[in-house]
Amino acid sequence: MTTAYPTPTPAPEGHHAEGHESHNLTGFIIFLCSESVIFLAFFSGYALLKTSALDWLPPGVDGLEWQMPLINSIVLVSSSGTIYLAERAMAKGSLWGFRAFWLLTMALGAYFLYGQAVEWSSLKFGFTSGTFGGTFYLLTGFHGLHVATGVFLMTLMLIKSFIPGNYKGGEQGVQATSLFWHFVDVIWIILFLLIYVWQRS
Amino acid sequence: MTLATFPASEPKPSWTRYFTFNTDAKVIGIQYIVLAFFFFLVGGLLAMIIRGELITPEADLVDRTVYNGIYTMHGTVMLFLFVFPVLNGLNNLLIPTMIGAPDMAFPRLNAVAFWLVPIFGVLLMSSFFVPGGPAYSGWWSYPPVSIQNPLGHLVSGQGLWLTAVALSGVSSIMGAVNFVTTIIRMRAPGMGWFRMPVFCWTALAAQSLQLIGLPSLTGGAIMLLMDLVAGTSFYDPAGGGDPVLYQHFFWFYSHPAVYVIILPVFGIFSELFPVYSRKPLFGYVYVAVASFIIVGLGLVVWVHHMFPSGVPEWMRNLFMFTTMLIAVPTGVKVFAWLGTLWRGKIRLTTPMLFCLGGLFNFVFAGVTGIMLATVPIDIHVSNTYFVVGHFHYVIYGAAVLGIFAAIYHWFPKFTGRMPYEGLGKVHFLLTFVGANLNFLPMHPLGLMGMPRRVSSYDPEFTFWNVIASLGAFLLGVSVIPFLLNMVSSWVRGPRATHNPWNAIGLEWLLPSPPAEDNFGEHVPVVLSRPYGYGSGEPLVEHQAEIEAALIQAEQLESAR
Repeated sequence: MTTAYPTPTPAPEGHHAEGHESHNLTGFIIFLCSESVIFLAFFSGYALLKTSALDWLPPGVDGLEWQMPLINSIVLVSSSGTIYLAERAMAKGSLWGFRAFWLLTMALGAYFLYGQAVEWSSLKFGFTSGTFGGTFYLLTGFHGLHVATGVFLMTLMLIKSFIPGNYKGGEQGVQATSLFWHFVDVIWIILFLLIYVWQRS
Repeated sequence: MTLATFPASEPKPSWTRYFTFNTDAKVIGIQYIVLAFFFFLVGGLLAMIIRGELITPEADLVDRTVYNGIYTMHGTVMLFLFVFPVLNGLNNLLIPTMIGAPDMAFPRLNAVAFWLVPIFGVLLMSSFFVPGGPAYSGWWSYPPVSIQNPLGHLVSGQGLWLTAVALSGVSSIMGAVNFVTTIIRMRAPGMGWFRMPVFCWTALAAQSLQLIGLPSLTGGAIMLLMDLVAGTSFYDPAGGGDPVLYQHFFWFYSHPAVYVIILPVFGIFSELFPVYSRKPLFGYVYVAVASFIIVGLGLVVWVHHMFPSGVPEWMRNLFMFTTMLIAVPTGVKVFAWLGTLWRGKIRLTTPMLFCLGGLFNFVFAGVTGIMLATVPIDIHVSNTYFVVGHFHYVIYGAAVLGIFAAIYHWFPKFTGRMPYEGLGKVHFLLTFVGANLNFLPMHPLGLMGMPRRVSSYDPEFTFWNVIASLGAFLLGVSVIPFLLNMVSSWVRGPRATHNPWNAIGLEWLLPSPPAEDNFGEHVPVVLSRPYGYGSGEPLVEHQAEIEAALIQAEQLESAR
C-alpha cells in the first residue's frame, strides 16, 4: 500500500549536506574547543596554587632546567610547519610529498616524547612532591598524552593513505589530525611559558 | 510538483530493538528516557529513606554513616542518572524531528554516549557493595572529606563515584558535540536561525554550556582522584594544596549545570504555552536570544556557591551582582510566557497543567534565588534547608514538572498512542501538591537554622519536617499513576493521529510514530516560525498536500 506524498522543491544550498562525512570536521572543532577548557582549568589551577604557595619548590630542588625543553619546543613548533607542508602537498595532489612531510612530523613528535621522557628521568622530584611536583607532572603528562595521541592519529592516517583512491579530493581525517596537532602545539607554548619561563614565585 | 510515494505502513519494528545498540535517534531517545525513569525510582527510593529518617528528630531509621551515603547517592543519581539522561532523551527525540533531519549528525557516537549511561549507572550502584559503602561526601564531593580513605582500599565508594562521574562527563561531551553539530549543520531548507523552534535554541544553549563547563569538572575530578589514589596534594593543605581550588573547578561547571537542566525546560514551556493557548509565542526573538545571554552570564556566577568559603570581598560583591543580573534574561522569558497566555484560549490539558505548575514553581525558586544571591542572606542560610528547598524547587518543581509536560505532550508523536488524560491529571495533582508540601517547609526550616545533611535535629524543627516528609511520600505515590499511564497507554492506548494537539511544527507533519529516517528525502521547505497560531500562515511549502497525505494514510490505517 502506498500513499501519494508531495516532494518539496529542491533545497537551497547550505544546510542539508548529504552524508555524515561532511559533519565530522565541525564536530571535531567543537570537541577541540571543549578540550581546551580542561587545559584552561589545569593552567589556572597551576597559577593559583603557585601564586598562593609559601614554599613552591620542594626541598633540594632549585628550579627547572630550560635548555632541553627549549629544544623540545623548537622541535614541536617546527612540526606544526611540516604538517602544514604535508597538507599542502596533498592539496596539490602529491601523495608522496604528503607521506614524506607527514612522516617527518611524526618523527618530530616522537622526538618530543623522547625528550620529555629523558627530562622526566633526570628530575629529582616526583608526582607526590607537593603541589609543585603534582602540577608539573600533571600538566606535562596530560600534554604528553595528547602528543602521543597525535602521533597515533598520524600513524592511522598514514596507513589509510596506502588504500588506493582513499585520499582523492582531500580527506577530513587528515585535516582533523592536523588541526589537533596545531592545538597540541599551542597548548605546549602556553605550558612552556607557564612552567619553564615563569619560574620566580 | 512531482509526487513521490512512500509506504504507509512499514513492517512494525520489534520492541527488542530498545535493548540493542541501535543508532536511530528516536530509539536512543526512548532508551534514555526509560533508563532515566528507572534511576528516578532508585533516587526516589533513597529520598523516601531520607524523609523517613527526618520525620522524627532522632536518628533512628538508618545509621548516620549510611545516611551520609544515602543523600550523596540521592543527589548523584537524580542529577547524573535521571535529569541529564532524560533531557538527552528529549533532545534525541525532538531535535532531529523539529529541524527536519533524518537522524543525529553522528548516530554511532550517539549510541555509544547512551550505552555509557547504564555502564556508569551500574558502576555507581556497585559502590553500595564495596567495603566502606558508597561515597558519603555529598554530591559535590568537597575535599578534605572526599580525599579521606580510612579503610585504605584501592576500590572505595568515593573512587567509584569519581569514575562514574568522569564517565558521565565523557558521555555528556559526546552528546553535546552531537547535538550542537546536528543543530548547526542539519536544519531543514529555509530554517534560518530565527525560524528554529525555541526548544532547539535552548538545547543548543544548554549543550554549549556542557561543552564549556564540563571539562572544568573533569579536570578538577582528575586531580581529586590523584589526591585520593596517587598521593598528590592538589587539595591537601598539608602538601601546599588548596581545597577551595576544587570548589572553583566544581562550581564553574556545576552552577551552569543548573542552566543545562533548566534551559531545555524553558524551551518546553515556550513550545507548549503557544499550543495550549492558541497564540503565537510572545517575543520569540527575545526568548531565543535570552537563552544565550543566560549562557554568557551563567558562566560568571559560580562563586555565589562559595560566599562562606573564604573568598575575597571584591569577589563576593562581583558575583552577587552577576548572579542578580541573571534575573533579567530569565525575567524576559517569564514575561514572554505570561504574554503568550494573556487572553489566549487556554486548554487545561495534562501537559498544560504541568507547564503552568512548573512555571509557578520556577518563579518561586527565582525569588528565593535572588535572596540567596545576596551575600548577607546567603551567609546566614548557607548549608541550611533553605538552600535545599531552593534547588528542589528549581530541579523538581520546575524542571521535572516541565519534563513531565514534555513527555505527555510528545508521547503520541513517538509511541503512536494517546496517554490517558484522567490518570495524567491525577499525576499532576499529586505531583504539584506533593512538591510544594515537600519543599516549601524547607524554607522556614532553613531560616530557623536547620542544617542540611543531618539525620537528627533539634525537636523544635519537628513540625515542618513532618509536613515535608508527608509531601515527599505524596510525591512517592505520584509516580504510580504516571507509570500506569505510560505503560497502559503505550500498550493499548487509543491510536494517535499525526497532530492530536493541533500544534504547529515540523515534528507534527510526520506520521505518529515517524518513519526511521523522519522525512527521508522529502524534507519540506520551512517558510516561517512554528508559532503561527491564529494566523493561518503555512509553516512549510505544500503544507496542505502533506497534511492531506498524512490524513489519507491514517484513514487507510484505521480502515484496515
